[in-house]
Amino acid sequence: MRILPLFAALFWCMSAVTAAAIEVKATVLRIDYPSLLPISRYDLKPDDLGFAGAALGDEDNGTTGGFLGHTYETATVAVSPEEADAAMDQIIADGVRLIVLMAKAPEILRLTDKAAEAGVLVFNVSAPDIDLRDVNCRGNLLHIAPSRAMTADAVAQFAVWKKWGDWFLLAGSNPEDVKLADAFRRAATKFGAKIAEDRIFADTGGSRRTDSGHVLVQRQLPLDTQDVRDHDVVIAADETDYFGRYLSYHLWTPRPVMGSGGLRPTTFHGAHEAWGATQFQTRFEELTGRYVRPEDYNTWLALRVIGEAVTRASTADPDGVRDYALSDKFELAAFKGQKVTFRDWNGQLRQPILLYDGSITVSVSPQEGFLHQVSPLDTLGLDRAESSCQAFE
Amino acid sequence: MKQLLLIVACAALTSGPAIAGKAFVSNERSNTITVVDTETWEVITEFPGGNRPRGITVSPDGKTLYVCASDDNIIRVFDTETYEELPSLPSGPDPELFILEPSGKRLYIANEDDNLVTVTDTETRTILAEVPVGVEPEGMGMSPDAKFVVNTSETTNMAHFISTEDYSIKHNILVDQRPRYAQYTADGKRLFVTSEIGGTVSVMDIAEDGAPTVVGKIGFEVPGVQPEWLQPVGAKVTSDGKRLFVALGPANRVAVVDAQSLEVQDYILVGQRVWQLDFTPDEKYLLTTNGNSNDITIIDVAAEKAIKSVQVGQQPWGVVTID
Repeated sequence: MRILPLFAALFWCMSAVTAAAIEVKATVLRIDYPSLLPISRYDLKPDDLGFAGAALGDEDNGTTGGFLGHTYETATVAVSPEEADAAMDQIIADGVRLIVLMAKAPEILRLTDKAAEAGVLVFNVSAPDIDLRDVNCRGNLLHIAPSRAMTADAVAQFAVWKKWGDWFLLAGSNPEDVKLADAFRRAATKFGAKIAEDRIFADTGGSRRTDSGHVLVQRQLPLDTQDVRDHDVVIAADETDYFGRYLSYHLWTPRPVMGSGGLRPTTFHGAHEAWGATQFQTRFEELTGRYVRPEDYNTWLALRVIGEAVTRASTADPDGVRDYALSDKFELAAFKGQKVTFRDWNGQLRQPILLYDGSITVSVSPQEGFLHQVSPLDTLGLDRAESSCQAFE
Repeated sequence: MKQLLLIVACAALTSGPAIAGKAFVSNERSNTITVVDTETWEVITEFPGGNRPRGITVSPDGKTLYVCASDDNIIRVFDTETYEELPSLPSGPDPELFILEPSGKRLYIANEDDNLVTVTDTETRTILAEVPVGVEPEGMGMSPDAKFVVNTSETTNMAHFISTEDYSIKHNILVDQRPRYAQYTADGKRLFVTSEIGGTVSVMDIAEDGAPTVVGKIGFEVPGVQPEWLQPVGAKVTSDGKRLFVALGPANRVAVVDAQSLEVQDYILVGQRVWQLDFTPDEKYLLTTNGNSNDITIIDVAAEKAIKSVQVGQQPWGVVTID
């Protein structure tokens, strides 16, 4: 029972209709790392990965901008890790101050620090590393991609909601897998689940489809999952994607699998239809001729954040965009049933996480009953008190 | 023999169903239209309404029913008496919501996928114009003098004021996230635009020449309901312009708002995921479509109380009533 006062922003917006033209230049920089083939051929990376989402975001922004005298120009650059620094220098030299970065954590950090010198605002759309939202946070770095803590919490909440409180955590042996396993351990503690068994399934190579991986894992996995203490669910920590997908049918004890196999957390997928998402899917497919990938959704979202800030605050200045995005005026509809906003303590986008079985949205976290004094979305990932980030103070 | 025929004809005329009024509900998932008697609140029948029927309206004389068959990319047309399907109208792709001008001649249709508003002539069944608007056009409202059509675009977050004279956009007003519905008061002096994800209703005063000025915003608060679930969608204002009813989606409530002071006065508990609203023509009742409980709730407008719910098809979306 309240009437909201008219925000000053509203008046800016109204005046923006007649305000001077704004040209918004952004670039998506993607670093293509050498990598092994995925287990599933469905996961082969398209050449326009991420760029396609950027194209849609640019188009959406352009349509809105057309009514306001704002024009958008979004470039895309794909380079090898060796070429990354030079590419960044060039983008900055071209006068771009809004950069969407698809890279791993070390490059995100190095390039963000380089960009900071030129006053550039960077959007991380791929690196899930918790330390980027914690000790290694940066004031000019906003995270569209969820952290491992957010996705692990999303899985944990579903398990707890199901009353699957005893977990068998099976982790890969690569550094990313180890970090993900840590996030699951943290989530178990946070939500009161018990890790009944904690094991490593070592990456010895040979599990990929081109190696007829199923033949090998069919013998190996049951052996490695024997004599496990009683558990309700298997939590797979296989970010490098070499065994998680096989788990559901190759366990010694049949149990549901979540995490890197079975029910997986994701920001978006091509079959998501709720909350008007069908319209997003249709637009994306018409523009690109393929189904959307999470990377595309993330770049789309990064550009929409820019678009929203330009539309509402009438500025394309990186500090202006950043300040508006972090303010309590910022809100964005992102086909997830509620507005997405930023955490002003570490620059992380708050967002629901979809739980996906490879063909449909099975559930969405945060789950019912996980309450929070500010927003239920803050039950996922590093809450204010849990993050040691000080770059935003 | 002639006399007998005449008698039969008379009998046929007078023995027509003595129904006071009807409500037509579009069921998005079961692809049907449910017909409800607005006196007894019994379901009269359910008939096929095309694929994914959503927006629904009737001609001014109440004889013709128009339905946005979103997945068929056309407007399906039915006789409100016999439920017989009549020739369809072209709509452009994925029609979701539309509004018929008071004369019944031109239908203004939002094409969600194509960022267009399509204007269709209901008599010649031809497209008169396509007006480019913002991303994901949805809500459609019309000024009582029929001079302006207001379209809301869900991703651009604007209300676009389209002149019905030359089909050009005269004003663009930014509103909160995901605007869903635009509703003028009967005197045309005020316009309400609901924002589903923003959780607000923007209130505009409309000048003589149709120009809008934002004068306020209505917010909602229900103890025990997370603010995220207070999502305004459908809205209707009483013809005296005093009360605004706003469907709050997953909050399962309809808000009653003083349309002058903009104070929320009450929340009426209805079915699950309440979506669109319509008054009965006498304004005694307000009907709500409840997408997740597959029913409609009947609200006594004077008492501001829900009095009954009626099971309809799967995922009811829109509702329209006739005398």
